[in-house]
Amino acid sequence: MNKKTGSADFSGRLWKLFASVRLTIIVLLSLAVTSIVGTIIPQNKRPEAYLNEYGEFLYSILSVFDIFDMYHSWWFQALLLMLTVNIVVCSTHRFSALWKILSIKNPSFNVSKFRNLSNKEEFTDSRSPEDLKRIYVPIVSRSFRYRRIEETDNGLCIFAEKGRWTRAGVYVIHFSVVLLLIGGLIGSIFGFKGFVNIPEGKTIDNIRLYNTGKAQKLNFKIRCDNFNIKFYDSGAPSEYRSTLTILEQGKSVLTRNIIVNHPLRYKGINIFQSNYGELPPREIALNFKNRATGISHKKKVSVGQQFDIPGDMGQFVIKGHRDSYNFRGHNLGKTFMGILTPNNGSLVHVILPVRFPFFDDRIRNDDLIISVEDYDHSYYTGLQVTRDPGVLVVYSGFVIMIIGCFITFFVSHQRLCVEISKSGKKSRIMVAGTANKNKLGMQSRIKKIAKSMSK
Amino acid sequence: MNSSNLLSVVTFIYGLAAFLYIVSWIFNKEMPGRIATWIAIIAVVGNTGGIALRWIESYRLGIGHAPLSNMYESLVFFAWTIGVIYLVVEQTYKNRIIGAFATPLAFMAIAYASLSPNISDRIQPLIPALKSNWLIAHVVTCFIGYAGFAIAFAVSLIYLFRQRKTESKTGLFSHFPDAGILDELTYQMVTLGFLFLTVGIITGAVWANSAWGSYWSWDPKETWSLITWFVYATLLHARMMRGWEGKKIAYLSIIGFLAVMFTYFGVNLLPGLHSYG
Ligand code: HEM
Repeated sequence: MNKKTGSADFSGRLWKLFASVRLTIIVLLSLAVTSIVGTIIPQNKRPEAYLNEYGEFLYSILSVFDIFDMYHSWWFQALLLMLTVNIVVCSTHRFSALWKILSIKNPSFNVSKFRNLSNKEEFTDSRSPEDLKRIYVPIVSRSFRYRRIEETDNGLCIFAEKGRWTRAGVYVIHFSVVLLLIGGLIGSIFGFKGFVNIPEGKTIDNIRLYNTGKAQKLNFKIRCDNFNIKFYDSGAPSEYRSTLTILEQGKSVLTRNIIVNHPLRYKGINIFQSNYGELPPREIALNFKNRATGISHKKKVSVGQQFDIPGDMGQFVIKGHRDSYNFRGHNLGKTFMGILTPNNGSLVHVILPVRFPFFDDRIRNDDLIISVEDYDHSYYTGLQVTRDPGVLVVYSGFVIMIIGCFITFFVSHQRLCVEISKSGKKSRIMVAGTANKNKLGMQSRIKKIAKSMSK
Repeated sequence: MNSSNLLSVVTFIYGLAAFLYIVSWIFNKEMPGRIATWIAIIAVVGNTGGIALRWIESYRLGIGHAPLSNMYESLVFFAWTIGVIYLVVEQTYKNRIIGAFATPLAFMAIAYASLSPNISDRIQPLIPALKSNWLIAHVVTCFIGYAGFAIAFAVSLIYLFRQRKTESKTGLFSHFPDAGILDELTYQMVTLGFLFLTVGIITGAVWANSAWGSYWSWDPKETWSLITWFVYATLLHARMMRGWEGKKIAYLSIIGFLAVMFTYFGVNLLPGLHSYG
């Protein structure tokens, strides 16, 4: 075999493969089936979590196939690439045929084809074909833009059509799919997605990226002026609000409140309210009560600083706190830990759950009862910070796809034929039509046109 | 009467309509079918009233929002969309056998909402993530899409029953609509569903982008809606190949609807952003 024709043969076969709808079906079904995997196996967790779950052997197999980040794996991307090539080749392949249909100035109509349709309407009228023509043409024009009148052996035919261009609808859809893929690609190459926690009052110019964990410098600074939560009466949160200030070269250029669903966009960078947290308290108001005398003293203290307990009862220091504290199977919530140094005797560990002021009273049963009155609440705001220059492309893909689907599914190419022929002194009329979709709708449309003609 | 009570009553009206459609089909009688149509219309009207009343009630509670914010409300709306689309199909195709398969789906949706102990019918305030105008657009379009697929599923079932029983032209299967009509109707409903699912996914993506800064993050619910979309895209293309008419299309439509159901219910078993749904 000649080598040259061999390779031409090969590329021809490859072209045919990529132009085929069969490949589309295989690729679409593969995408559907493989996508399931990533919804069952949680994605992008830390390796230790997976090792725990699956053991070493299974873990190594799964990670060879990038199962833990499967939507960005080479094979999933290859499927998407295949879909793209498929669409482009297929559209190119078919475009000339479509263009032939679309570019015709005078479409050809074949009366006998219309005569052979099963659902045509027929009736007679006592007027002459020429008279009827004058009445019918306006009726046809009402809903068909293109029309043409042809003489026949014993009468005439009115041909009309509309919506030929809707045959290009699928190309619009396919184009939009390609736009989405391109937009996604732009986003993944030139964009980033990260997060940052900013304590109230602090300023940052660095965020941390999700996928690599690396820092990303912004070319401006963000200060969190304030963070605030509102609650419904039921206790459920109703709003998370951060007041942010953007600083450029030390000067504040803009201050804005952001809440969930209402982000701040600045210089192509989007800043979203994503979560929040409480900062470790620094000032705590404690209450010291002498059981014998019943006298209480309040004192504001700082974490980590030892101080004399009022009333000469020794010394005390708050060592730290936990957000939840487990005591005999009960979660006591936010709890401070302290160390008491009595005037005589050894160190005592003291547990101070904020929500249970009587805890120390009951548990230690000491002369000195300590409880937490209050502490300073300060928060950090958790922001998601993203940049995605592909969004505009993706959004135009969205709009084009919706338009394309609408045209393809719900607007049809309709052709109409009204044949008027002399039969004796009367005229015989036939109304028939075709549509490339919603044939039922076309049927009732033909009936309606026939009815308005036979009136 | 509050909206939950009204909707419980509507549940039984849907049940009655479904029962009469089935009776009309099995005994091949015209009369129960005609009554069924009127009862189905009453059910849809009651369903509409229930949704409207719930909307008003939420404003009376001072937490006004469209009743599309949790499982209960979405199921009620799902039943409504199935009911409305079915009635349109019945009017267009002048056939009530589809009702014997479609109205039970509406009934099951609203019955699950009203009767399941796992689903609360309390009107709750919106959590911050749901406070967006995109919520309504997203939920409404998704559920119109789901309802289109639900009816396509019903028609596909009829198609398969019919094909299996073509030899014995007696009994239940003798008066099924023509296979060509069923195939066409499946296609019509799938295209309706596909358009609205597409818009649903897109509004969801736009919302996600405005709420947390990325239009697509492969969260399980998103991914499952995409899987569903792929299945129906496969179906649309498969129709263009010879040998894929009828039966295979019916199977794909059934698989597609199972994917819809998993997107709707199954995903709540998996972790992800949508788990409040
Ligand atoms: C996610 C990707 C795709 C989507 C969403 C999509 C969507 C569609 C839709 C909605 C239709 C109209 C179907 C109908 O009228 O019933 C269609 C038709 C078509 N698609 Fe696709 N498509 C995709 C990929 C592809 C690919 C990769 C090919 C390559 C072969 C392809 C080839 C075709 C062809 C040949 C038609 C029929 C055109 C005609 O009727 O003249 N599609 N597509």
